[in-house]
Amino acid sequence: MYRYDEFDHRFVAERVAQFRDQAERRLSGELTEEEFKPLRLMNGLYLQLHAYMLRVAIPYGTLSARQMRRLADVADKYDRGYGHFTTRQNIQYNWIKLEETANLLAELSEVEMHAIQTSGNCIRNVTTDHWAGAAADELADPRPVAELLRQWSTLHPEFSFLPRKFKIAVTGAPNDRAAVKVHDIGLRMHANDKGEHGWEVIVGGGLGRTPLIGFTVRNFLPEADLLTYLEAIMRVYNLHGRRDNKYKARIKILVHELGEENFRAEVEAEFNRQTKLDVEVEQHELERISAYFAAPDFEVLPKRSADYEIAFARNPDFAQWVRSNIAAHRRDGYAIVNISLKPEGGIPGDATSDQMRSIADLADRFSFDEIRVSHHQNLVLPHVKQDDLYKVWKVLRANDLATANIGAAGDIIACPGLDYCTLATARSIPIAQTISRRFADLNRQHEIGPLRINISGCINACGHHHVGHIGILGLEKKGVEYYQITLGGSSATDASIGTILGPGFSGDEVPDAIETIVKTYLDVRKGGDETFLDVIRRAGHAPFKEALYAPAQRQ
Amino acid sequence: MTVTEIGKALTGNRLYDGEVVFLTRTGIWSETIDAAAVALEPLSQAALEKRGEAAVANNQVTEAYLIDVERRNGRVRAQHIRERIRALGPTVRQDLGKQSDGTGGGFAAHA
Amino acid sequence: MPLLKDSEIIADTWLRLEDNASVPATGDIIVPFARLLAEFGKLSKRRGRVGIEFPNAERAEVLESFLPALSLVALPFPKFADGRAYSQARQLRQLGFAGELRASGDVLPDQLAFMLEVGFDTFEITTRFSPDIWRRTAQGLSLSYQPVKQQKRLHVWRERQLRGERSCRA
Repeated sequence: MYRYDEFDHRFVAERVAQFRDQAERRLSGELTEEEFKPLRLMNGLYLQLHAYMLRVAIPYGTLSARQMRRLADVADKYDRGYGHFTTRQNIQYNWIKLEETANLLAELSEVEMHAIQTSGNCIRNVTTDHWAGAAADELADPRPVAELLRQWSTLHPEFSFLPRKFKIAVTGAPNDRAAVKVHDIGLRMHANDKGEHGWEVIVGGGLGRTPLIGFTVRNFLPEADLLTYLEAIMRVYNLHGRRDNKYKARIKILVHELGEENFRAEVEAEFNRQTKLDVEVEQHELERISAYFAAPDFEVLPKRSADYEIAFARNPDFAQWVRSNIAAHRRDGYAIVNISLKPEGGIPGDATSDQMRSIADLADRFSFDEIRVSHHQNLVLPHVKQDDLYKVWKVLRANDLATANIGAAGDIIACPGLDYCTLATARSIPIAQTISRRFADLNRQHEIGPLRINISGCINACGHHHVGHIGILGLEKKGVEYYQITLGGSSATDASIGTILGPGFSGDEVPDAIETIVKTYLDVRKGGDETFLDVIRRAGHAPFKEALYAPAQRQ
Repeated sequence: MTVTEIGKALTGNRLYDGEVVFLTRTGIWSETIDAAAVALEPLSQAALEKRGEAAVANNQVTEAYLIDVERRNGRVRAQHIRERIRALGPTVRQDLGKQSDGTGGGFAAHA
Repeated sequence: MPLLKDSEIIADTWLRLEDNASVPATGDIIVPFARLLAEFGKLSKRRGRVGIEFPNAERAEVLESFLPALSLVALPFPKFADGRAYSQARQLRQLGFAGELRASGDVLPDQLAFMLEVGFDTFEITTRFSPDIWRRTAQGLSLSYQPVKQQKRLHVWRERQLRGERSCRA
């Protein structure tokens, strides 16, 4: 894992002092709310329905046990004993006081954490594959580049007042787990004939009001050109992105309005004009960072562990959890453990301070001190020996963290919605809870197979509903919440945007509607191998529309 | 006899901690919606709004705006679900927010 | 309007000419970019330096051939959250402009450090904030991660490389 050196420490300490000064000037009335708002947002501090909300950055979703313990301490000391893991691999606290925020940030800085650029019209927390450095299918660990991007984008003087927020995702694996096609910039690693790594640069994807899949502006960008090229993209966007309408201000709209070819020409022209950034310094820095991401001291283990297989055979609950929550590791005898933060009827992504501490302890003992946050709002222990899986599972189960539903119907993504958020038009969490209870039977979930249900409480789409196999969007009409259902979205390698199925439903009707959709899928599929998404792509919306709306029409 | 009064109350979030507050008759900001001054006609509503502008200008609250409410038996209920959630707390965590200690009018936010 | 340079208020010796104002024979003047295009011959023959106010919507490249004749370019911030001038400033410095870069419009203390980093020298400010706040915000951060050419702060990556080399030699 990356560790701060004296410079990183000094930088964050100065940033905390700067924020303290800004907050004091606001509290004394020297700054108006209008002036202070962009300043606090650049430090992740929102004003939500009940209090201030602080979004703490978890760069590329990687945490140490010590950092996780500090997050738990912060939850107890400054909040109400819990935190909410987000689709941007960050954590949010919901009950924060402005007058205490600088102290909170100072405590985070002691464990090399901050809230810089978790909001505002700047480059947000860089996200990546939550299995980075562990996945069996990976070309190379993308996190050194993600850390390079973190530093480069941190308080970038040219790009801190962009037309709108800007999100970058990076993946080093052919199977995209970082949703790179629905980001402002997605970077995907490829190898050429000589075995050198380069980047496919995808621009202009995104969700929100105008969901779009990004387009590839460069197929294979040499690693050494990366920052210069990104600066060219950012500059074209900063200069020409729309500033007259915040809903048309993202880079995807600029790409759309210019057209892909013109956009590419603008970027290439700017790239050629740029005096190359100091490539030697940049490469030296990348090498320095890469050393921190060297693989941990894995033991040489047999492919299969006898202890694990005995437990697997003897304990059906454990076996079920293994089948759904364990992923293949790149090293023999190791496994990736996915921790579900989606217990039956729970609030997706929420974890109590005690749960955080128990996970920190597990990471310490069994996973080389590493934890990951996934954009599905789950946590990951990336490097667990198969021999230890049973012990890990028992601890997780004792802490209500062993729900065997990763990637299944109960593994629902949901934004905070109207229960917390000022932007929301409807609640999302209660919808997630009722669906999760409806599909509580894990055997049934596994019979259904991979199913991604994503729920957003407004058109801004923090719950990524457009890329859910089933997407649910909460809206409001005359003070009453209602929900629109989309089908066929995906954020994976074959990314697609879901389309609206038909008229919306009241909150009470949603679980039945989902039930009907799932039943229809089970009827229509040509066997267990044909997933929900496969069926939508083969058969389209028709059978689902028929099942949902025809009975009402016939009545 | 129970009389239901329909009117407007002034609300905002307190600057230093973000707490949801309501302007009372005596001109202080209360954390409880039941204590809110309810203005029944346009003139008194405009007067409330003026006091809101002053409270923003002297940095007591970050923003102040009128919400539709009804008052019955001394309890005040916001008409819109968003404002009920602000007045009470998250519907999914009834152990948190103003609802947790019984303040907020005894109305379930989602009802 | 006070003018800030190196954290001090200095006298502004430049005269801003609006669209139709007649050009004085001597002295330093700032004219709108459109006027520079229309009257370049006349303006370049007079005694006294010439500067321009350059709109956010114009491309920096169009200014390239004029730059040797210009002593000052003023870039406006219509609102502090409108950041186009940051890119224009860097572009002008990359094109080799060595004259005075001036920030005008909605210039506030908390953006000052960013403006300094991309190459601005002078700032048209209001009297609302005390000189002390301008000094403090200019110096709030001593480090920068970006390899920006006009750097006022210490560039972290370069420092690391230098230290690495020193410790290798030792």
